[in-house]
Amino acid sequence: MSDSIIGAGPIGSGPRRIDGQRKVTGAAPYAADHHPDNMAYGYGVFSTIARGTVTGLDLDAARQSPGVIDIFHHDHFPELHRSPASFAQGNKVEETRLPFEDNHIYYEGQFVALVVADTFENARAAARKVSVSYKSSDAIANLDQGVKAHGTTSGSGNHERGDAAGNFDGAAHSIDVTYTTPVETHNPMEMHASVASWEGDRLTIFESSQGVVVQRNALAKIFGLPPSHVRVESPFIGSGFGSKLWMWPHAVAASAAAREIGRPVQLVVPRPQMFTTTGHRPETRQRLRLATDESGRLVSLRHESINTTSFTDQYVETCGSVTKSLYSCPNLLVSHETTQVNRGTPTSMRAPGAAPGLFALESAIDEMAHEIGVDPLEFRMNNYADRDESLDLDFSSNHIREATEKAAEKFGWQDRNPEVGSMREGHEIIGYGMAACNWEALKRECEARVSLRADGTAFVTCATQDIGTGTYTIIAQTVSELTGLPLEKVTVRLGDTSYPAGPVSGGSWATATTLPAIAAATREAIKELKGYATSEKGDFKDVDSDSLTFENGQLTHDGQRVDYVDVLKGQRLASADGHAHTKGADDKYSYRSFGAHFVEVRWDPGISNLRVARVVSAIDVGRVINSMTARNQVEGAIVMGLGMAHFEATEYDARNGRPVNNNYAEYVVPVHADQPPEVEVILLDYPDLAFNEFGARGIGEIGITGMAAAVANAVHHATGKRIRDLPIFKEKLMENVPDVPSA
Amino acid sequence: MREFDYARADSPRQAVSTHGESEQAAYLAGGTTLLDLVKIDIMRPDQVVDINRLDLNEIETLDDGRTRIGALVTNTALARHDRIKNEYAVLSEALLSGATTQLRNKATTAGNVMQRVRCPYFRDGVSSCNKREPGSGCAAIEGHNRSVHAVLGTSEHCIATHPSDMCVAMAAIGATVAVEGPDGQREIDFLDFHLLPGDAPEREHALKPGELITHVTLDAPLENSRSRYLKLRDRASYQFALASSAVIVTLDGDTITEARVALGGVGTKPWRAHEAEAALKGQKATEATFQKAAEIAMQGATPYAHNAFKIPLGQQAIVRNLTTLTAQEDRRTS
Repeated sequence: MSDSIIGAGPIGSGPRRIDGQRKVTGAAPYAADHHPDNMAYGYGVFSTIARGTVTGLDLDAARQSPGVIDIFHHDHFPELHRSPASFAQGNKVEETRLPFEDNHIYYEGQFVALVVADTFENARAAARKVSVSYKSSDAIANLDQGVKAHGTTSGSGNHERGDAAGNFDGAAHSIDVTYTTPVETHNPMEMHASVASWEGDRLTIFESSQGVVVQRNALAKIFGLPPSHVRVESPFIGSGFGSKLWMWPHAVAASAAAREIGRPVQLVVPRPQMFTTTGHRPETRQRLRLATDESGRLVSLRHESINTTSFTDQYVETCGSVTKSLYSCPNLLVSHETTQVNRGTPTSMRAPGAAPGLFALESAIDEMAHEIGVDPLEFRMNNYADRDESLDLDFSSNHIREATEKAAEKFGWQDRNPEVGSMREGHEIIGYGMAACNWEALKRECEARVSLRADGTAFVTCATQDIGTGTYTIIAQTVSELTGLPLEKVTVRLGDTSYPAGPVSGGSWATATTLPAIAAATREAIKELKGYATSEKGDFKDVDSDSLTFENGQLTHDGQRVDYVDVLKGQRLASADGHAHTKGADDKYSYRSFGAHFVEVRWDPGISNLRVARVVSAIDVGRVINSMTARNQVEGAIVMGLGMAHFEATEYDARNGRPVNNNYAEYVVPVHADQPPEVEVILLDYPDLAFNEFGARGIGEIGITGMAAAVANAVHHATGKRIRDLPIFKEKLMENVPDVPSA
Repeated sequence: MREFDYARADSPRQAVSTHGESEQAAYLAGGTTLLDLVKIDIMRPDQVVDINRLDLNEIETLDDGRTRIGALVTNTALARHDRIKNEYAVLSEALLSGATTQLRNKATTAGNVMQRVRCPYFRDGVSSCNKREPGSGCAAIEGHNRSVHAVLGTSEHCIATHPSDMCVAMAAIGATVAVEGPDGQREIDFLDFHLLPGDAPEREHALKPGELITHVTLDAPLENSRSRYLKLRDRASYQFALASSAVIVTLDGDTITEARVALGGVGTKPWRAHEAEAALKGQKATEATFQKAAEIAMQGATPYAHNAFKIPLGQQAIVRNLTTLTAQEDRRTS
């Protein structure tokens, strides 16, 4: 396929989100905005212990509470089936245990009962009257306790080449350092929510979901139904950051309750339980061992990580995923292990693996460069890989050196005085830091349908989702590009399993996956249109359809132009339709995105205040489809990354495994006042045509990778302190903090 | 839902009589504490008396130079009031450093005085908490106690900080709290209003059962003083103080003639640092003076496992605030 997709149309320009007005005016319905007739409300009763069993439930007071319809729990819940949770079969769930399966408690905040009542208030009031008796065991409250109690289990995504251990000892320079990252919780604005209704043996569920098709398949498995009997709708999502990729227990609970009581049921997960029963980024401990030769070339690199997982499922945070291929090194080991703790099952959070992994790797690279007295930029330039040594493949397109140089120049890296604490202004010490960023480019199979309609509009359907990133808009841009119809004449419908199957909105693959299918379906529709035009009744009946051209909504041949609307109307046709089913990526190349962050921090030691003052990032993600939404993705990821660097941590009480800062006030994410005064995003915009005809690789995740390391490296430059344990709370940088042993 | 009686009062007297002396009755003003805690089932009033219709919305200058603030004056209105901005800058700044615009638009002066603690063990409804369930113990002391736990004024029964910024400024300014109760009206010195937890942390204030705050009256501003609120936290907005200082000083040349210092984020009540003030008075405005006063202010502080940094941070809040204040041109005379 040639570069022909890109014409004078809207691909590459920066139109506003076509769904923006509906969102800001409240016209876009989110999951819990749906109120089918006769709907009842569920409210959960959640475990207050992290480990043990439920020994009794006193439901008398709750049953007598006004409006209560039914109360579900492990002795009163229909027998369902587990979903096999296969990614390949498209029915993955992260937590395979069903709600109310038995009386075991694996984490605080686990569903132990579900009260269903006529109103939300009645359900909540009754839920609080349920009295639960527990037999409690000592909780495994964190990673250290897990490793101590039962060690680790091998995970996936491991890799070994050469002899990393043998080339470490005796190398000219080496470091051996360990980094830790805390649990981070996605905290999307919109709560997880389900509104489930049954008609006979057919289930319809409105869900805040990043993957309607997978949820449909999983629900079909769980309820023993053909997938065609389940419909999942998620047209708008108040963000997910990965927590809504796979279905969580509340959706099963709501669906089962609705079937049992014969009424639709709405169930919203309260904010505190969004810290427990809908996934989180797990705690990690990562040991990095790096060695170089005299010239500063890496000769040995080991990245060994452990992450916490639940007692019900193994979730592997693949911290070393990027380490395998970012730098050239003949002797390399990446390993992942897990340890079970009494927390809910973790899940992907924006740039899973890479976000915590690059904090460690890119901090270690900085430490290594510092160790041998080389500028960290130069060290990276000397060691970046030119091909993927883990897959033994060429990169399809890799401009990391240019990205690094461009960002460095824009940032003014050459003005950095490498001496620690040497740059000051007023009360503040200035630190400059940098880090590489990296993310795999992925592409899945996808179906889509495009109709060119007799009313002059195009109608597009695909069961993928727009999670706030601009998918609606780039799909409309694509159809507009190929048909010449203006954006406002293109109607896009997503987030409904009654449409052709589309991908989960995750992995930064939505753009690369959906646009080829949309384009193919559009071309099919145009082909059908040409068929009509060249048929017996058509305006071009003597013309070979291949010689017809279609542009700006018109069919043209040899000076004759006919509006496509007239072609359809002339034959009493409603539309010309195209359906496409496109394939996932091939394995001819290593497909990855690249970039570099440069960060200026300001540390005011007189008031122990750390702030990120400036960020310049250059990102190489292939072709940019929408410059506005793309830039917005990177800017948002930068801000999320600085939150990861010095604010975010879900804190658990080490005595009982209970999260203590499970709300928006005490779980600290950046607010507007924390936005760096200057954020500059450079999008290199080199089409990766080996990957797909659009040359686009996806942009949702790469921006957060490396950010925490860039901040930590800048902090080291300012303060001389190497913070290897996120987040970089001020007390880790302060002097004279009295030492108080933990109780 | 849990049912409660709701009554709307038209006068303070009516409010007090409807409320009665029940421990289970509550006055409703802005609701930013009460409704939150009712929704999470921590406060369970059986009688709610809505006082929003009472005529307590004025900010008045009294003949003796004091400023009387009606109980229902919102945080926003108070912070934006000209006299407050000009004569009590520390109070305006403290208010604007707290919460968010939306919350400040709802939150009232009396409600802010009555703000409850942010300790997660108080709010989770499960852990031991002597405030929520007297005698059950304090889960925070050996638990997670980094951000909303105190190092000053703690006891073996409770270590939660008083979360208000406004109250810290008022503690520095000096004020009285006017109340109306079953036994009539009385005034309570602001510094006596909030109680240390001691062995009865469930008693948080000096109000007798049923008493209603009608006004807070600020002392007359110190003549030729300058004042400032400095709040230190992790993020730049919408977070309770890890340490804060409200400082008011008067200078004669570079000699400090009068100083008022109060601290937030580090104490179990809005914390007036009298000894630190004494250490400033009559001294030259130098960093050494400030540092010494700051050390005195934090003397006797008890650090816990995760909040020991609040001791040096509290000192920094004092030193930097004094440094900035004494270095600046007097805003009112320039």
